Amino acid sequence: MARYVLRRLLLAVPVVVGIMLITFLIKAVIPTDAVTAQFQGQMSEADAAQAIAALRAKYHLDLPWYRQFVLYVESLLHGDLGESIRLRRPVSSEIGFRYLNTLMLTGAALSIALVVGMGTGILAAVRRNSWLDVTATTVGLFGTSMPAFFFGLLLILVVSVWLRWLPVVPRGPAAIVLPALALGLIEAAPLSRVTRTAMIDVLRRDYIRAARARGTGEIALVLRHALPNALLVVLTVIGLQIGNLLGGAFIVETIFSWHGIGELAVEAIGWRDFALTQAVILVSAGTYLAVNLVADILYAWVDPRVELAA
Amino acid sequence: MSSTLRADPVTTASDGPASGEQLLAVRGLRTSFKTSRGELKAVDGVDLDVAAGEVLCLVGESGSGKSVLALSLLRLIEPPGSILGGEVRFEGRDVGAMPRRALRRLRGRDIGIVFQQPQGCLNPVRRIGWQVAEPLMRDGLGRAKAWDAAVELLRAVGLPAPADKASAYPHQLSGGQAQRVMIAVALALRPRLLIADEPTTALDVTVQAQILDLLRERCRAIGAAMILVTHDLGVVAKLADRVAVMYAGRIVEQGPVADLFAAPRHPYTRGLLRAAPRLGEIGERLTDIPGGIPDLARMPPGCAFAPRCDTRRALGLDRCLDEAPPVFAAGPAGRARCWALAGDAA
Repeated sequence: MARYVLRRLLLAVPVVVGIMLITFLIKAVIPTDAVTAQFQGQMSEADAAQAIAALRAKYHLDLPWYRQFVLYVESLLHGDLGESIRLRRPVSSEIGFRYLNTLMLTGAALSIALVVGMGTGILAAVRRNSWLDVTATTVGLFGTSMPAFFFGLLLILVVSVWLRWLPVVPRGPAAIVLPALALGLIEAAPLSRVTRTAMIDVLRRDYIRAARARGTGEIALVLRHALPNALLVVLTVIGLQIGNLLGGAFIVETIFSWHGIGELAVEAIGWRDFALTQAVILVSAGTYLAVNLVADILYAWVDPRVELAA
Repeated sequence: MSSTLRADPVTTASDGPASGEQLLAVRGLRTSFKTSRGELKAVDGVDLDVAAGEVLCLVGESGSGKSVLALSLLRLIEPPGSILGGEVRFEGRDVGAMPRRALRRLRGRDIGIVFQQPQGCLNPVRRIGWQVAEPLMRDGLGRAKAWDAAVELLRAVGLPAPADKASAYPHQLSGGQAQRVMIAVALALRPRLLIADEPTTALDVTVQAQILDLLRERCRAIGAAMILVTHDLGVVAKLADRVAVMYAGRIVEQGPVADLFAAPRHPYTRGLLRAAPRLGEIGERLTDIPGGIPDLARMPPGCAFAPRCDTRRALGLDRCLDEAPPVFAAGPAGRARCWALAGDAA
């Protein structure tokens, strides 16, 4: 088990390096950098050129991209994420609370997705072909086909503009409601479909009939006998969906002005603030890899037939 | 609290309830499956009686409706199948009229069932001990006590290292071990009737005899009657008190095992016995019954066996093809559905 985790962590290193390399390559082909983006057209040509040259030298922007990459990795290995050129402070101080905000949002969204998605999926499977099943399937189809940002805009329109239940830009704890619903409900749709299919498959199995034959009640049959088996399939999908949630957060956070790393990433890219962008991508990729690792470990925990080979 | 865990399951060897007392009475039971080819009459008017403590063997070819009958007794038929009519009474109570709750109590507590594929009947992600303990916990036993009782039940069915095996998962068991576990589960609440639906068909030949012995031994120990579904006449001869022969959804003959083997009355029973190999009869030719079971969706109007029946041909009975035979007395304690018995009807 420990060996398995260690191996997976080691395997993650080349993935992360690859991701950073790709972002540096993208940076290399983009003509403007953070410094020119900030000063262009604000001062006289000569002054600007001087200031730009000084700052570019400070942030090594005058070096070729691969030298920058080496310098970046070097400082990273010293635990230094660099300094945000635009905000003029260490990236780590900016990213910390943003990351927590994103975790909070994806956590809330995931909870909504799990409760709504698995709940409707289980009910639809148990009451197969009932109006409930048909409704869940139809609504689910809409949910699966709709991007989260569009659904988010719809939510703002309906909840904030028409119903006036919440301000368009809410403050305090209420602020999380709409973005979490936007992300969570969209992810609930595919989860519901997968849960339904998996449950229908499991409910047909001999061990369910055998359990029913010894007097197991329907609720226990569904929750204690069938669900753990269906989870094997559902868990894999949940792992992928957490990735979707992180990706979806980039856009949804921007729409709802939720100050998470998604919103930060969009801003940082706009500023061409490379240390910041790089850090956001690094943190996101790391989270994604960790989630997948946890999903695999959970998988082995739920299914006794799976053994984690080191 | 638990009234069903009367005593240590290992040591008790009761004679069971007074033998001969009526336990299960089935009258005119009909179960059909709606298919694209029409209505499939898998169980078509079955009468059956089981006395307390006895072993009734239900024999017949594959597809004769034995398993569907077994499932119908517990009302475990699922769409597209449905129980269309007839009556099942257990200890006088009408099973068909039972509310859901009572039906759940009947299953497991009054009647246990063991299926053909033991591996498929065990939940792959649950520990063996949990699966055995579950009915006990439902019966009001605490978690730890139920687990201990489960280990004892596993010991009683001869599972090696029961305490360890209780923590194992189904894929870690052999087929024979899995069937032992299923027997432990089925008998956990000490039901008065055990239905065993071809319990050894999926097992290695070497294990089959052990499992059959175990079934008989455990049923005797708790005084349960048993309906054993099988197509193995050797098993019937060894275990049965009474035999019911099923053909195309009907019970064509039933009676005490000795009578039925010595003097089978129905031509189909005679054919089955001729087709079974016997020890010590070297050189005797086995004969098969020509033809096959009729299409259950297109049953002939008369006796289902008539098209294959040599007796009908020999006696020149024409009504067999048009009119289904009623039940006639056959021998001292038997019954059979055959027009050839119309003459000596009691």
